[in-house]
Amino acid sequence: MGIYAFKMPDIGEGVVEGEVVAWHVEIGATVKEDDPILDVMTDKATVTIPSPVDGVVRTRKGNVGDILAVGHICISFDIDGDGNSSGDETPEPESEVKKKEEKEAKVEVKEPKPEVVEKVSGARPLASPAVRKRANEAGIDLASVNGSGPAGRITQSDLDSWKDAGSPVAAAGPSRSALSGTTEVPVIGLRRKIAEQMHKSYSKIAHFSYFEEIDVTNLEDLRQHLNANRSEGAPKLSYLPFIMQALVKGLAERPECNAHYDDERQVVIRHSAINLGIATQTERGLYVPVVKNVEAMDLWQCASEMQRVTDAAKDGSAALDLLSGSTFTITSLGRMGGLGATPIINHPEVGILGIHNAADSAVVRDGNIVIRRMMRVSSSWDHRVVDGFDGAMLVQILKKYLEHPATIFM
Amino acid sequence: MVEQKKCQVLVVGAGPGGYVAAIRAGQLGLSTIIVEAEKAGGTCLIRGCIPSKAMIHAAHKMHDLAKMATEGGHMGISIPGPAELNMSELVAWKDGIVGRLNKGVENLLKKAGAELINGWANFIDAKTCKVATESGDILIQAENVILANGSIPTELPFMKYGGDVISSRHALDLQEIPNNLVVVGGGYIGLELGIAFAHLGSNVTVLEAMDTVLPIFDRELRRPVELNLKRLGIKVLTGVFAKGVDKDGNALYAPKDDQEKVQTIEADKVLVTVGRRPNNQGWGLAEMGVKSNEHGFVIVDERCATNMRGVYCIGDLAERGAMLAHNASSQGEMVAEVIAGEIRAWDPVAVPAIVFTEPEIVEVGLSPEAAKAAGHPVITGKFPLAANGRALTMEAEKTGGFIRVVAREDDHRILGVQAVGSHVSELSGEFTLAIEMGALLEDIAGTIHAHPTMSESFHEAVLATLGHAIHIT
Repeated sequence: MGIYAFKMPDIGEGVVEGEVVAWHVEIGATVKEDDPILDVMTDKATVTIPSPVDGVVRTRKGNVGDILAVGHICISFDIDGDGNSSGDETPEPESEVKKKEEKEAKVEVKEPKPEVVEKVSGARPLASPAVRKRANEAGIDLASVNGSGPAGRITQSDLDSWKDAGSPVAAAGPSRSALSGTTEVPVIGLRRKIAEQMHKSYSKIAHFSYFEEIDVTNLEDLRQHLNANRSEGAPKLSYLPFIMQALVKGLAERPECNAHYDDERQVVIRHSAINLGIATQTERGLYVPVVKNVEAMDLWQCASEMQRVTDAAKDGSAALDLLSGSTFTITSLGRMGGLGATPIINHPEVGILGIHNAADSAVVRDGNIVIRRMMRVSSSWDHRVVDGFDGAMLVQILKKYLEHPATIFM
Repeated sequence: MVEQKKCQVLVVGAGPGGYVAAIRAGQLGLSTIIVEAEKAGGTCLIRGCIPSKAMIHAAHKMHDLAKMATEGGHMGISIPGPAELNMSELVAWKDGIVGRLNKGVENLLKKAGAELINGWANFIDAKTCKVATESGDILIQAENVILANGSIPTELPFMKYGGDVISSRHALDLQEIPNNLVVVGGGYIGLELGIAFAHLGSNVTVLEAMDTVLPIFDRELRRPVELNLKRLGIKVLTGVFAKGVDKDGNALYAPKDDQEKVQTIEADKVLVTVGRRPNNQGWGLAEMGVKSNEHGFVIVDERCATNMRGVYCIGDLAERGAMLAHNASSQGEMVAEVIAGEIRAWDPVAVPAIVFTEPEIVEVGLSPEAAKAAGHPVITGKFPLAANGRALTMEAEKTGGFIRVVAREDDHRILGVQAVGSHVSELSGEFTLAIEMGALLEDIAGTIHAHPTMSESFHEAVLATLGHAIHIT
């Protein structure tokens, strides 16, 4: 028998630390090589770390929400054969030490089973008769309430909090009553990353926003035609690939908009490549996968690649390089409508383009009211390095291309 | 012309389930009628729990006096001659207690505005019932019906009640002490009464078909009772079947595995206590369209509602919960509130069960075995009454009792408490409260228990479960 200590591996270029999102193994659990043991979140990606060996988990370091440094021991195993560690360098967490002492003091303690903790979920919710009565009257399933008391005991104030949290039952409840209490939702994992990035963007960048309305009637005709006659296996085209293609043209004309501003070095870095971040809402939160070198793609390639990267972000398989390196970002504000928005720039980029839904509208053409398909766009720019004129010009160029779609391809 | 009545709530049976339901319904302003064929109070009050506890108490006194009447006396007290028992006066004293409680129940019903009708209720359909009273039939039409008809002693077909074959009810009204009493069935009723009669001076033999008496309890809990049965000279024959009585009234039995080998035990009375069954015959249950299970218990949901709208069933007749008076009462209270429009459910975490043998047994919540079977990681701790000062002053330790705590190993929630010992029944409230409130071992450990009381034993049993009891090593 030996002890195998496992250090947090290098999980991506330049990544020095990661946040524990979930442990897949408990202390005492038997694991096989390549079984998932730990989910770690880095700046953008969540990485599942597999077990390096067959063995029994001996120690674990870090709880959910803790930051682990790359190269530091995060877990150790008891393994058959020689280990790589004496065990001394992985001191057991204090709570474990304490638990052991307690166990030794008891006479009738049965041998502890590793799966013991999981079975708590099956036990009846711990709550006094008064709490149960109130929950019953309010139609609250106590199994869905988090107890704040010892061992998860549910208190009257836990019921208050549960109601405050806007549960469907409370909303549909027979009577309306004044509520009190608060619920604390820890900001961890992706939410913390989003919060940090948004704070950085908003506190550093002097945003200005610019809105425009684009007549996409002709573009819609073209889009319908291409979709109707597309070759087998080709993706269905939304507006986005056209916009991306138009952006390639527009950003080439206004290179100050396809840039990063390194505010510490006071340098604007203009990019030749056009790597478009596509803001994507997933079940886990906001991700920005990147379609790289859009300037080298045709419309169909652009559509396929966008589909690929957003799917990867949605199903959680996106690797770190798919989630970094953007030079400009597009965010779809589309389906739900909305008259305008003030999108926040993805630091250190200098601009972001928000696309609203297209809808048939009554507009005036040649003195007549006609029905045209109109799409609104909302853009934001870093006013420190992009003047109003420049940002507006880019949007106007984009408008020109999209209203005369043939010119996109000339 | 049959007298007709209408009400919002009709309760049938004025036992601990029915009368509580009727009082609560009355309190809630519902027009309520309760029908009872005998005295208000039911099995519990009139012919079960209460009278048997009175008899057991008197028997204890008799037993204690007998010790003091021996050579040299006991605890420095001696009396010149043996105490004399006048059984008919003892029964009259017991009846006095029953009578007081019966009047109390009738008054409470009246004060709550519930009308008590003395008579036999017979249902014509789910909401209509004809009550045969001394002054003629009454037809009652009810919006809601609460069935609280209770249970009756199970009769053995080959030794029917009558003559010297008696039920628990008759045993409580005997005018003379039987010299030789044979108890068929070593469950809690048989042993409670058997021990009481032994205390009063009878020679008692218990016949039990299973391999042990009180088979519903684990060995550790049974042991002090079994030892005391021996001490009292009660003969316990396990693994035998009763075979009836001969022409002289003596009891016949045979070993389970050789039933041809019938043997005789001399008996003046044969007390048959082989269980109780739901009282589901002779009052029109079939006419109501109410569904029962294969054992004859009425099927109910967590509000004690039957399959018929507006018909509820509580207590021994209902399939939910054990046959215990306190179950019936809590169900009765709840059903009245349900009928009044409150949202309620019968959802106890733990219902205490107590056996008033000497020593007494209390079981609340899960036993160690049941807890393990339910998948809990279990720790237990035990504290003997012999290490409790107050128990010694009351000689409560003499029967070898203890308190045992069952808890979860990981979060320390208390899952069950069992106790055996003299006077432990009065500790049951704290055990039950602990479990209902979701107490952890640390909650009880952190609660100061008064000295000198037997309740300290619970505190110590909890400390033992945590691994650091003070008064045992």
